[in-house]
Amino acid sequence: MKRWLLILALISAPVRSDSDLPAARWANEQLPDPRQEAAARALMEELRCLVCQGQSIADSDAELAGDMRALVRQRIAAGEEPEEVRAWLTERYGDWVSYRPPVEPLTWPLWVAPLIMLAAGALLLRKRFRRRG
Amino acid sequence: MNRVVRFAPLAVLLLFVAVVAWRLTMPEDTRVRSRMTGQPVPEFALAAATDGVPGLSSKDFATGGPRLVNVFASWCVPCIAEAPLLMELNRRGVSIDAIAVRDKPADVAEFLERHGNPFERIGADPESRVQIALGSSGVPETFVVDGRGIIRYQHMGPIEPGDVPSLLREWEKAR
Repeated sequence: MKRWLLILALISAPVRSDSDLPAARWANEQLPDPRQEAAARALMEELRCLVCQGQSIADSDAELAGDMRALVRQRIAAGEEPEEVRAWLTERYGDWVSYRPPVEPLTWPLWVAPLIMLAAGALLLRKRFRRRG
Repeated sequence: MNRVVRFAPLAVLLLFVAVVAWRLTMPEDTRVRSRMTGQPVPEFALAAATDGVPGLSSKDFATGGPRLVNVFASWCVPCIAEAPLLMELNRRGVSIDAIAVRDKPADVAEFLERHGNPFERIGADPESRVQIALGSSGVPETFVVDGRGIIRYQHMGPIEPGDVPSLLREWEKAR
């Protein structure tokens, strides 16, 4: 009985949680202009998927991520700068949606921490070498 | 000094355990709220999502009275759960419009037939464009828009019986 249940669970279809519509046109299709495509691609890698929150929209298979990719490509093809598209999305979802945190008082520790750690490492090394020498 | 240093790893471990215990008992809210509350409804015009119910455009707001905008889809299971509560809100005099995300006319019609139609207008959003423009991050979501066309409140996830009073309150406030 248990084995049959297991087999049934393996072959049964998962509960539908996606739409039936195909992906938007520019979700998985590259722009004809390679420079625009490169700009769109670079931006997509820095935008965060709202569904799979640890992934960029370039990596995510979620339908909303596909629609966001289409939106990025359409706007870039229409002549918008990547930073304008990022700003448009940030207006809607906050800094959360971008993987590139802005430099502002709240995020200063984030940007300064690596420098402080490097300095601390250099100091430790210097102490060590001095002791040996 | 030496004794203090000896207990440092234990202190670090205890701190780690405390942080883990805190987050396990009080999980972080991972919902991404829209920053559009307090802003006017972005400009859009959506065709009708199904026959017999007109489409939805941003011009349908700012007409004097508050409206609810339900972002839903026929393929979304929690949307079925909240359908009777939208009917209930409509019965209590709340005007409701909808945006059908990535949906087909026949599927929307079937959904309405099966679960009722509390909506005055339903716009079809096949590429989630208006959903993204509203700052919505999933289905279902419900926005309260006041009589001047300003988004006043965002409800994320399905409306549950306990959410009806707060939605009615927000709708009253937007009058």
